[in-house]
Amino acid sequence: MRSTAPPGKVPLLFAAAALAAGTLTGCGSSGGDPNTVTVAFIKDTNAKVTVRDDYLALVVRQFEKANPGKKVKLIPIQASENDYYTKIQQMMRSPKTAPDVVYEDTFLISSDIKAGLLRPLDEHLNSWADWRQFVPTARAAARGQDGRTYGVPDGTDTRGLWFNRTVFARAGLPADWHPRTWDEVLAAARAIKRKVPGVIPLNVFTGRGAGEAAVMQGFEMLLYGTGRDPLYDPGAKKWVVGSRGFTDSLRFLDTVYKEKLGPDVSDALSPNIQTNVAAELLPQQKLAIDLDGSWLGQQWQRTGGGNPWPQWSRTLGQAPFPTRSGAPPGRVSLAGGWAWSVPARALRPELGWKVIETLQSRANALDWCVRGAQIAVRRDVAADARYRTAVPGIGFFTKLVEVSRYRPALPEYPQVAAAIGEATESVTAGDATPAQAAARYDRTVRSLVGGAVVNKP
Amino acid sequence: MRHLVRWSPLAPATALLLLFLAGPVGYCAYLAFTDTQLTGQESASFVGLANFRHAVGDPEFRNAVLLTVVFTLISAVLGQNTLGLALAGLLRRASRPVRAVTGTVVITAWVLPEIVAGFLLYTFFERRGTLNALLAWLHLPAQDWLFTLPILAVSFANVWRGTAFSMLVYSAALDGIPQEVAESAEMDGARGLRRLWHITLPMIRRSVGTNLMLNTLQTLSVFGLIWALTRGGPGNRSQTLPVFMYDQAFVKSLIGYGTAVALLLLVVGALFSAVYLRLLREEV
Repeated sequence: MRSTAPPGKVPLLFAAAALAAGTLTGCGSSGGDPNTVTVAFIKDTNAKVTVRDDYLALVVRQFEKANPGKKVKLIPIQASENDYYTKIQQMMRSPKTAPDVVYEDTFLISSDIKAGLLRPLDEHLNSWADWRQFVPTARAAARGQDGRTYGVPDGTDTRGLWFNRTVFARAGLPADWHPRTWDEVLAAARAIKRKVPGVIPLNVFTGRGAGEAAVMQGFEMLLYGTGRDPLYDPGAKKWVVGSRGFTDSLRFLDTVYKEKLGPDVSDALSPNIQTNVAAELLPQQKLAIDLDGSWLGQQWQRTGGGNPWPQWSRTLGQAPFPTRSGAPPGRVSLAGGWAWSVPARALRPELGWKVIETLQSRANALDWCVRGAQIAVRRDVAADARYRTAVPGIGFFTKLVEVSRYRPALPEYPQVAAAIGEATESVTAGDATPAQAAARYDRTVRSLVGGAVVNKP
Repeated sequence: MRHLVRWSPLAPATALLLLFLAGPVGYCAYLAFTDTQLTGQESASFVGLANFRHAVGDPEFRNAVLLTVVFTLISAVLGQNTLGLALAGLLRRASRPVRAVTGTVVITAWVLPEIVAGFLLYTFFERRGTLNALLAWLHLPAQDWLFTLPILAVSFANVWRGTAFSMLVYSAALDGIPQEVAESAEMDGARGLRRLWHITLPMIRRSVGTNLMLNTLQTLSVFGLIWALTRGGPGNRSQTLPVFMYDQAFVKSLIGYGTAVALLLLVVGALFSAVYLRLLREEV
């Protein structure tokens, strides 16, 4: 599928609204056709990035060739991540609009399972030889609290610091930078601010605009470096409130934005910040350090990446993000990933499953990991030489898997995450002190989970 | 019997209204008394007035009510209404080409889809936008309008977009003032503000009331414009009730609470309307 949008940045909301309208009407028209299977997925908000679109077009051709008479109808939804979730949840609520295959971030899956929006796939998975190739964490990524599995993940991701070696040299910082504490990260940022004017020292996603990216790449990367189980206590089965780690993490954000070490606050809080960082700030050498995900390289691929930037692998270095004061294991990363699922109200679930099988055939899984700069979840793909050499930096990020933590896979998580987004936004905008924002978060979580909280100073 | 016959042509319209308007409104009212969520919930249950009680105790809800009132007063009552009247009055005396050009410009802003207008105004108010470029050219300090004064920025945006309606209403109303009245006022030496206050306004009082009410109700429900400009942010400094409602219902998945807020928004609209109706009656 080729993008029909004009080159250049598409006004995000306008595009989202237009596509949403087109999507719903388009979906209705093929609603009754038993031979057309519909696949809903998120399209990059930067219309020039067509990595996933290109890959899906390829899979569609394969599927249609292998299944004569069957057609695949792709439903690209171009929206920011949070708007995308809302959109598919609404679509999945009615058989009239439910797609047959849907692409979801695994953090949403338990919430959607509990709401009865997804269909268990165990029967299919048990008789699918390839499933044994998936690593255990991946097999568990889309497992509900009822023990059944509702999705097939297509990769995972980890997070760390990306830094610009050229800017570092000008600031007198080492090319093999390896900060051990938060303070060392801030010290480097301050050095850059002093010595390399015109360059944004450090980007940490924050606020509601960036949605889950701000919560996961930003806040939780900090929070998980402050101690064991800082968000949810699995032993007590309760959410954590009143923790010093939470306030400290907010304080870090406060420092970054108050001292003007980060992007201008109005840019940081804009919904376009993720696109800006990947498409402009990093390639144009205007940003020195970026706390971001392993997939960033897909944006700069020669084909399908919106901004080809072949030099990036030499210009950018990677460093693990440190814990607050260097406590072991010294490195922090969160892991996530997306999965393909079949909605409960899909009209052609059998065909839907067949599409998922095609998507995750060994060859296609390898193709996707290479194009999408994904960390492989299939053992056979991870062992493939093409995978290991295709994307620079993949080795670094794959090594982070061993220290990576997963977000609490609980139905309330998305709402808790929204409350975190709000706390970071109020601190970044200067509307609340870290302590005030943390207190408000505690109140919100308490009411969200019906008081199932544990105080952990 | 005659009564029935007289009403029968209205039957299809009434049925459609019931089906497409009362139906959803009723469903919305029902949801407001449940704890329905978009996701993460097996089944919803009836919770009585809990959502409304929660709203009253929710500082963010109160913040949204306050901002909604500010937004409505600035943009509808003061902005659109006054500017609309001024434009209508000035254009009556203007030459034909001036009238045509001004009318076209004002009405274009009104005809543009809300989201397009929102995007245009975003490029105007944005930090690197047209407004700051103009200020720089005039050697005035630039401002990050959407960040420092978000509620004012969205209010001005709404004035820009909605003034045409008031202008049209007042043009029609001013045309309706009999020539003799205007002439005799002139003879008695009533000019400028005095004439406006003692002659013109009382004569177009009904139009003023209708216009204020329609402007207010329309402004209360503005969503796309604010969403495109600020998304209710930064923080929640431009989060009016419709944006707050969307945030609760679709971002936080709390459909039940969101619809309760929607019902409360109806109440705010009803209160404004009641005030206008009362003002209208008193002056008769």
